[in-house]
Amino acid sequence: MSMVNLKINGIPVEVPAGSTVLEAARKAGIRIPTLCYLKDINEIGACRMCLVEVKGARSLVTSCVYPVSEGMEVFTNTPAVQRSHKATLELLLSNHRKDCLSCPRSTDCELQALCREYDVDEYKYGKFELEPQVDNSAVHLVRDNSKCILCRRCVAVCRKTQFVGVIGPNDRGFDSHIGCSFDIPLAESSCINCGQCIAVCPTGALTERDDTGKVWEALADPSKHVVVGTAPSVRAQLGECFGMPIGTNVEGKMVAALRRLGFDKVFDVDAAADLTIMEEGTEFLNRLKNGGKLPMITSCSPGWVKFCETYYPDMIENLSSCKSPQGMFGAMVRSYYAEKHGIDPKDIVIVSIMPCTAKKFEVKREELSENGLPDIDVSLTTRELAAMIRKAGLMFTALPDEDFDPFLGIASGAGHIFGATGGVMEAALRTVSEVVTGKPCASVDFHEVRGVEAIKEAEYDLAGTKVRVAVTSGLSNAAKLLDRVKSGEAQYDFIEVMACPGGCVNGGGQPHQPGEVRNFTDLRAERAKALYSEDAAMTLRKSHENPVIKDIYENYLGEVGGHRAHELLHTTYTRRNVY
Amino acid sequence: MDMIRMHILVCGGTGCSSSRSQQIIENLQTELTSHGLDKEVKVVKTGCFGLCEYGPIMIVYPEGVFYSKVKPEDVPEIVEEHVLKGRIVKRLLHHEAVSEETVKSLNQTKFYEKQKRVALRNCGVINPEDIREYIAMDGYEALGRVLTQMTPQQVVDIVKASGLRGRGGAGFPTGTKWQFAMGDAPVKYVCCNADEGDPGAFMDRSVLEGDPHVVLEAMTIAGYAIGSHQGYIYVRAEYPIAVHRLQIAIEQSREMGFLGKDIFGSGFDFDIELRLGSGAFVCGEETALMTSIEGHRGEPRPRPPFPAVKGLFSVPTILNNVETYANIPQIILKGADWFASMGTEKSKGTKVFCLVGKINNTGLVEIPMGTTLREVIEDIGGGIPNGKKFKAAQTGGPSGGCIPASLIDTPIDYENLAAVGTMMGSGGLIVMDEDTCMVDIAKFFLEFTVDESCGKCTACRIGTKRLLEMLEKITSGQGTLEMLDEMEELAYDIKANSLCALGQTAPNPVLSTLRYFRDEYIAHVVDKKCPAGVCKELLSFEIDADKCRGCTLCSHVCPAAAISGKLREPHTIDKEKCLKCGACIEKCKFGAIMKK
Repeated sequence: MSMVNLKINGIPVEVPAGSTVLEAARKAGIRIPTLCYLKDINEIGACRMCLVEVKGARSLVTSCVYPVSEGMEVFTNTPAVQRSHKATLELLLSNHRKDCLSCPRSTDCELQALCREYDVDEYKYGKFELEPQVDNSAVHLVRDNSKCILCRRCVAVCRKTQFVGVIGPNDRGFDSHIGCSFDIPLAESSCINCGQCIAVCPTGALTERDDTGKVWEALADPSKHVVVGTAPSVRAQLGECFGMPIGTNVEGKMVAALRRLGFDKVFDVDAAADLTIMEEGTEFLNRLKNGGKLPMITSCSPGWVKFCETYYPDMIENLSSCKSPQGMFGAMVRSYYAEKHGIDPKDIVIVSIMPCTAKKFEVKREELSENGLPDIDVSLTTRELAAMIRKAGLMFTALPDEDFDPFLGIASGAGHIFGATGGVMEAALRTVSEVVTGKPCASVDFHEVRGVEAIKEAEYDLAGTKVRVAVTSGLSNAAKLLDRVKSGEAQYDFIEVMACPGGCVNGGGQPHQPGEVRNFTDLRAERAKALYSEDAAMTLRKSHENPVIKDIYENYLGEVGGHRAHELLHTTYTRRNVY
Repeated sequence: MDMIRMHILVCGGTGCSSSRSQQIIENLQTELTSHGLDKEVKVVKTGCFGLCEYGPIMIVYPEGVFYSKVKPEDVPEIVEEHVLKGRIVKRLLHHEAVSEETVKSLNQTKFYEKQKRVALRNCGVINPEDIREYIAMDGYEALGRVLTQMTPQQVVDIVKASGLRGRGGAGFPTGTKWQFAMGDAPVKYVCCNADEGDPGAFMDRSVLEGDPHVVLEAMTIAGYAIGSHQGYIYVRAEYPIAVHRLQIAIEQSREMGFLGKDIFGSGFDFDIELRLGSGAFVCGEETALMTSIEGHRGEPRPRPPFPAVKGLFSVPTILNNVETYANIPQIILKGADWFASMGTEKSKGTKVFCLVGKINNTGLVEIPMGTTLREVIEDIGGGIPNGKKFKAAQTGGPSGGCIPASLIDTPIDYENLAAVGTMMGSGGLIVMDEDTCMVDIAKFFLEFTVDESCGKCTACRIGTKRLLEMLEKITSGQGTLEMLDEMEELAYDIKANSLCALGQTAPNPVLSTLRYFRDEYIAHVVDKKCPAGVCKELLSFEIDADKCRGCTLCSHVCPAAAISGKLREPHTIDKEKCLKCGACIEKCKFGAIMKK
């Protein structure tokens, strides 16, 4: 790789050719402020926050997209640059609803942080009281354009990362604002609820729909038996909300916190993930044996499921009929758990803590209910749980480590890794290979399907049967993969798709990380580490060896993939139109 | 073959068309046919002659008789008198064309005398819908020469040597731009920017309407020079006549083999397609224009990469303006030296301007670079109407600035205009007289940019709006002296921080008027007066009791019933009710009503 030498504020630095000034500055230990920039996703130079001086250039240059050149001299802190940064912030603030004291993003807002650094005059252009400009039509998020700075990160992830593209700039100039075509409400669009837009929003313009109120209400109601379950990747990211390093597993503290919040039972959805593997693995083997529709595609990710229903409806049959682990968790609590403990299912409030905003849509699906009762009553994101913990005054980092409650309290390593791209596939392979061969597999580590590559492919020999698998995450990658499958260019038997890039660890409900972190860290890889290290440290690493699962089948469901299992653990899908 | 003894040229440009020139042409044909003259007299629908103020315009050859403001009803008289009997219809002659009983031809009038028509060479001369007329004026000869006798590098070299600079506004050397795109990429594009958007500018429209083939020929030459086989003309959908004629020209050119495969048997292929713009001003910015052609929302993107490296559909692309292209074939035919002999040291050739505003000869003019503003206004433009005083000229549209009367002897070229704080721009030249309020003018242009900002970058989206709000405060009497400094600061910030040239130049009208007319701003903010009597909220209307005869006319026209008084007694205006519409002033026969 050819290298380029340049100076940033007089500091010599060598970077690969093609690097940007922003990247070179980083290497020299200098942070240039950014707002709109997201590496590889939103490189549009729109916010003007990152302007710097380059010797000999006619004007200030946009460091996030400006390529370095040999001998270049960059200055990031001259009076002109400082003035530019301040001017940009003051203009943004002049058109921003400043309810910073109570804004959900307060202290976590990228705009707020920069304003503090550049000692801006908040009211330089007069005191404006902006009215909220809210679209709260969708089940999973609320958009308030009065806080939008038009950085277009949301537009870029929606279009580029997720291939959905239901939002974009409408109108022009000062009137421009982000919305759906013709400004229809988001709920009427073909949004797949993934929440990636929220995850990348630097301000409070996009937030998940706050459902914590329903949970507080249930917790305060003595007639309700409130049960909570946490998805695999929640424990891997919740710590970020409390200043802990990315990739810290906080399972024990999370359980302690939930118990202190007043939940009657704290369960592990990872156990339900093991259940999913049992059903999904069996379904796959049946399809393989009986000439069923292949490739079979996983159905754990509700963003992906809705994407398939909307944009690839002719592949609905390829979707596994298994409910997601969230759905299975709810179904088992409402049935087996209720029966076992003699509680009226109507009195149980089932809460799930998910890395995901699409789960908020999933819980509203009519097909995910039994006798008029939904599998899950309320689905909260990791961020909402953090907010509840703060509100309850729990000093999270000082909490002791506690264990899940027994009924759905033990999960295998296979269940844990569900939260990362490739995890479902690997978990399934661990079980399927043993079922097929009838003997323990040599290694439980299927490295081929791990990692953040856009599309991972592998072929395994299961007792003489060749199984071709593919794993992808991020729906733009999924679309590419599906197009290849549809055209016959690629043939697979089993595909894992997760809607969010990197899987649930990077889900739309996960803690915010500022652009500054996103642009220089591979969040997908760092966050997944917590799950893989937990799995590696376990002895129980295969779903079918989980005693909880054995109990469920032996004492309640009967046969794996049997009648009762189908009734409770499988679902159907709906064709949806692209609006 | 018919023997044509007389040609009648009628302008078919947008201006004259809207004054019913099409009807004139139809009437002429009917009238000529009924007199059996249709075999010996040919009616030609041409492009713009330039003197739009006096349209519809008709020129009759061989004499070169110049009729102006012709109406369809005048046609029978013209045919019977002039065509049949050879007697010129004097009442229709252009006023400047009659002097002491001699009839002057078009080119002898002051309007045309100081002009030098290069880009407009064929406008008003040929029928733009007939490729044969273009060919008769040496059309496509330059392309033939390029394809059969020159290497691509020779083409670029001659364009470089000519000193031709981009006529769209920025003035980048055209040959250098072409050179940048000469690398060996397999696919490249040649684009033409016909998204003319400055208020009051219609140079490019006139070229496209009057001489569309020149653009096609030049683009094909450019294609050969850089190794491209596909061109796009991005033209405003609001220019229906231009679009129509371009379509005809492309079809005729394809039929003749000047576009398509193996042009002139040279083995070189090139074709051109139109892309219609929907009228966003920002789409005149090169990266926004290409984004729009690609089918996206027309918004600029940061440079580098420059279009010559990564342009349309991410391949090397050159983009030139209509007028720039219109110079190319003649540079090839007449040589770089010929072109460079016109103009000033660094600004070669001619420039087309749209002369509009408070000027007698509104229209399209083409002058050698270096012509002074005075020559343009006083000689070509025929001065200011109604004996008013010249106050300033605005060039460069919403990106430009004003040239005050004190600098009227400034020679017009890229450098001199920049030195006085404005820019060449694409060629809008708006003349203002003493009745123009310069604060109001700054507000007008800023309103335009606020409207036309795409909204992508912060500085332009919010900054121009805030700047406009300050101007609005000033013109409504809420301004302060400090605000003038704040405006200058914000103007600087918008210029420094905007993504594209639209924002980078948007504050220029404000800065330029602050520079030359600061006293007017001060009058607005300190005295709360608009010296030119334009800013309504700073005006009050009063009746001079000594002059008023009590005729009651003013009270009758007042839409707000703000004027009262008895017959034959002085009237008064109720300032609370007065809308400041000025209807009373227009009606008063005694000059008794004043605005202060």
